[in-house]
Formats: sequence, C-alpha cells, structure tokens
Amino acid sequence: MNNPMKERLSFEKVFDAPDKKAFIAFLTAGDPGPDSTVSFILEMERAGADMIEIGIPFSDPTAEGAVVQEANVRALKGGMTTDGVFEIVRRVRESSRIPLVFVTYANPVFHYGYERFFTRCEELDVSGVVIPDMPFEEKRELEEPAKRHRVAVISVISPASGSRIRMISGEAGGFIYVAPFSDPAEVRGSSDNEEKHFMELETVVRSIRESTDVPCAIDFGMGAPGQAEKMAAISDGAIAGSAVVKIIAEHGTESAPELYRYVRKMKNAIAGR
Amino acid sequence: MYAAARDGQAGRNGDDMGKGRYGIHGGQYIPEALMNELNNLEESYEHYKNDPAFRQELNTLLNEYAGRPSRLYYAEKMTKELGGAKIYLKREDLNHTGSHKINNVLGQALLAKKMGKTRLIAETGAGQHGVATATAAALFGMECEIFMGKEDTQRQALNVYRMELLGAKVHPVTSGTQTLKDAVNACMREWTCRVEDTMYVLGSVMGPHPFPMIVRDFQSVIGCEAKRQILEKEGRLPAAVVACVGGGSNSMGMFYDFIEEEGVELIGCEAAGKGVDTAFTAATIATGSIGIFHGMKSYFCQDEYGQIAPVYSISAGLDYPGIGPEHAYLHDTGRARYVPVTDDEAVDAFEYLARTEGIICAVESAHAVAHVRKTAGNYRPNQSIIICLSGRGDKDVAAIARYRGVDIHE
Repeated sequence: MNNPMKERLSFEKVFDAPDKKAFIAFLTAGDPGPDSTVSFILEMERAGADMIEIGIPFSDPTAEGAVVQEANVRALKGGMTTDGVFEIVRRVRESSRIPLVFVTYANPVFHYGYERFFTRCEELDVSGVVIPDMPFEEKRELEEPAKRHRVAVISVISPASGSRIRMISGEAGGFIYVAPFSDPAEVRGSSDNEEKHFMELETVVRSIRESTDVPCAIDFGMGAPGQAEKMAAISDGAIAGSAVVKIIAEHGTESAPELYRYVRKMKNAIAGR
Repeated sequence: MYAAARDGQAGRNGDDMGKGRYGIHGGQYIPEALMNELNNLEESYEHYKNDPAFRQELNTLLNEYAGRPSRLYYAEKMTKELGGAKIYLKREDLNHTGSHKINNVLGQALLAKKMGKTRLIAETGAGQHGVATATAAALFGMECEIFMGKEDTQRQALNVYRMELLGAKVHPVTSGTQTLKDAVNACMREWTCRVEDTMYVLGSVMGPHPFPMIVRDFQSVIGCEAKRQILEKEGRLPAAVVACVGGGSNSMGMFYDFIEEEGVELIGCEAAGKGVDTAFTAATIATGSIGIFHGMKSYFCQDEYGQIAPVYSISAGLDYPGIGPEHAYLHDTGRARYVPVTDDEAVDAFEYLARTEGIICAVESAHAVAHVRKTAGNYRPNQSIIICLSGRGDKDVAAIARYRGVDIHE
C-alpha cells in the first residue's frame, strides 16, 4: 500500500528521528466512562506519549488477554458504542493533534459500514486502524475505503508469522504492530521464557527490516520499564498494550495522575534517561 | 471413508476474496498468530484426505469404534399418528459417545496424530463435543483440555464428570455469557498461545477456513449413509431431510450429499428459545444479520453496533449466536430453508418421541422432530422425510424435568 502524504506525515510525527523511540499507549474507550477516556488521552499526551491507540470495545475480544477483556466488558456495560468512541475523539480533537489509531475487531467496523467508518476517521484525523481478526488474506475488503480516506490499515506481525513476514511487510502502511503470542507477564512468566521470547522478537524485527522501511513497534503488554526499554531498543517504539488498561482498572476515574507518572517513567526508560 | 468422498467445495467464489468462501461467507478472519497453523492444517488435510491409508484407518475407527453405519430407522408409529410422509430417523444417537460429534472428532484426532500433535483442545456447549474429544484423546493417548461456559458446566454437570473420567481437564469459562461462544473465544485464545503441539478440534462447521470444510467432510458420512439407506428401503430419495442447526454440523453432514439432489428439501431447525420476537432466542437466520465473528463471515445475532448478542435456548448445543458459513450460503441461494422452533415445541417433541417411539433424543435433535410433527401431514404417504437424530437425550433428562417443574438433580 502506498502511503498517502497525509498519512505519512502523521506517522512520521510518531517515529520521526532515527534516535527517537516512540511510546504508544493503548486504552479502551469508555472505560470507565467517556469523560475519563478524553481526560486520560490528554493526560498521557501531556506526559509525552507519542501516539494513543484507542480500543473500540467489542463483546468478544478473542485476541485479548484478561485485563483488556475486562475493560471491554466495563466499557460496554457503561453504554459505549462506536458512535460514542467517535464522540470521544471529537472532544480530544478540540484541544489536541496527537496521532491516534483505533484498535478494534472486524465486526464493529463491518457493521458500521467501511465507507461510513473511514469517513468519520478521516474527519477526526484518526491515522490508522488495527484489526487483529483481519489478517493479510482478508484485509482487502476494507483497504479500498480506508485508502480513499487516508487511513492506514496497520499490519500485525506475530512471532508465529515466520515466512509470512516478507509478504505482510511488503504491503504494510503506517507502522507495523508486532504482537507477541500472549502477554508474557500475564501468562507464563518465567525469566527463561522471557529471554527466549525476547530473542524471538529480535528475529521478527530483523526480518521486518529486511523487507520494508515502514517503522515497527512492539507490544510489551504489561511489562516493566526495563522490558519496554529492551523492546524499543530493537524496534522503533514500544506499545503499552495492557499496562495502561490495568492502571485504569485499579484507579478508575482517578487514574489521570497515575497515568501521567507511568507514561513519564516509560518515556524516560525507552529514551535511556 | 465416506467423508471427503466428494471434493471440498469451499472457495466457490474465491477470485477476489481469500480462501474458504461460500458465496460471500466464510473466510479466515483470525489473528495473524494462527495463520501459519491454519495453512499447515489445510495442507495436511488436503494431503491426508486423499491418502488411502488415512481413509482406511478412519473408516475402521468409524465402523469398529464408533459403531457406524448408524441405523436409518422407520418410525412407524410416528408416521401413522402424524399421517403423511413416512418418517425415518437417522440414528446418530446410537453412535459411541451418544451423538454425531464422534464422526468429526475421530477424523480430526487422527489428522492431529498424523500431524504429530500430542494435545487436543476443544470448546463444548452441551458437552457432547467435549465428551467426544475427550474420548478420542483417551483412545489416542493424547492430552486433552476442554473449554466450556460456566453456565453450561452447571446445565450439563454429568458431561463434565464424563470428560474428567476420560482424562480430560475441563476449564469452566467465566467470561461473557459463560456459554458456547465464550468457550470458543477461550479455546481460540489457548490455541493462539500454544500451537506447536496442540490441535484445536473444532466441533462445528464454523470458524475460519479450513474448519467449516473439514468438519463438513467428516460429518458428510451421515448424509452419504442416509442416502444409500433410504434408496435401499424406499427405492427413491426422500422429500425432505430435516436436522437441527446451532453451528450446524449434524445438519451440514446430513445435507451435504443431498445438495445436488434438487428434489430433496433441506430444512434446518434453529433454536427459537422463547420465540423469535423475544430477546431470548438463538435463531440466527430468523433474527440475525451478516457479520464477521469467530473467524468467518456469516449470519450472527448482534446489535446495531455489531456487538454479538447474548442468545438463549433450552438447548446448550444450539445456544450459539452464529451459523456455519455454508449454511449461510445455502440460505442465501434458497437451497436450504431454516425454520425456528421454540423451547416449548422442542420439549413437547422430546416427550412425544419418548412416548411414541421409545427413543429419548437430545433436546437439540428434538427441535427437528418438532418441525416434522408440525409438517409431516403436508406430505403424501408415498414420500419420506429423514430426521437426523443427532444425539441421545440422557444428558437432558434432568433439565427437561426442571422445565416441567419436577425438581430432580443429577
């Protein structure tokens, strides 16, 4: 996929210099409520986050670990909808130009209507979408409308991708989302596994680099600053895939100060400060 | 082996779309982490389905272990009472483990063995598929873990214990609605984390390609046998074949060999629960719309934002918000017809079949019986109808008693 100019600019802002590593934070929209989500996004921007991934909640987040699953449940219970998420973004856009990406599942986007969905994304300057259940083989049906509205369909690569990495990277736009099998901190967390896991990711990133110059960022789940630093060191950025969600689960509407401290700490860690 | 006797027809419309399409339905909407494994599975299946040794081994298992071919029984009393078509019951309830699920499980477990897998995982609703998978794992000396919605583990406590007796570990799934769809979610997650030694034995004609094709092929033994048996008994094809539909494996297995026989009506009976005009239903074709979920494009019960709806049926095996993609295609083309059947009708039919023919069938299968009770009279006496009696009803007796206000517990 060719990067249209505007899309390129938006992601260049995130991954702009060779020595700078991006810190990307994920949170679920509407957890615990829309007002909180707006303020959390702005707070994390203030703390130095380079991009925010906003999860549009889905009833059955099959690719997610327990922490994010529960956030989806809370958000939907609170009445969050796809239109509600667009409204959150509209409010963020009143005062912020921070690059934003949606993370959701195929069905909410399909059901909203691809054309209608990406039109809204373009209006609100949402740069990309990550849809874990739309692999390379199926993404074509939404690529056309996404491209028309200058929204990047972000490719996901897993350590299991193996020989598929070249094919996927070859068509990747925006950035590449490297998703480990599962959150090592959440599931099987021995230090042995962690080391093996890290070496796998290094291999994955090397293969990506051989196929494309599109930047790639690694989801480190709930890992400690040290882990984020290691991930960022071998790639172009680190994605806090569930750490932010966990903080919000613990602190609810009062999460803003905690999120600020967390993002500062992570930014410093990956910058080697 | 009857299974895969005909070439898989997935991919009929595959020009601009990915693999495994049935019209617009099907596909592989699954996380990247599983794509290599799905390709691996497809390749292995394509190889082994044509391998005479594999086919012979599976045939021997189906015949000697599972008790195939299953009987096609002429339900004479029922026929006389209803006054119309001659009614035949395809007795999948008499298979080892008590349902049609064993057909598919033996096929997939054998495939897993050939692929060098040592561990089977599966989702289950009513517990029939879980029991069948645990059985195959015991037979093949494999590890087995079953994911089952917590609510279903309570509705079907006996089947949980059965699986444990067979050496399986049962994980009660506490997320979401705690039923079949959540069991599928949990099982997919588990598979994503561990594919090297593990085969996901999917229980229905659903999920990402190649599962709908594989499960259909392994279940097509039902219809192949039924066709041969009815021709032996009646000398002509049936006017209709009728089966219950959740994900749709027994019905797809029953329909598949009849699809090309245009004179044969294909009727799938969906679980309407308390009625299709209530929120307590699982009738996907009657109340659902097109969506993408569990690896496939198909019809799903969902809300205006594409959130998957909680569904309800007295039958844990039909309590699923979607339907297999080939069924969706048969519905779109009009080749098959899908009708809703309520809890009340199914429970009445459950009791009716017990009283009339001395057969206690699964409450799932009773949905098909209920439809035939209503419609048999519309056919002529020289016509026949085959009902797929997909499972036996021992597992349902306590729940039916409670439905009737009799307080028994297993």
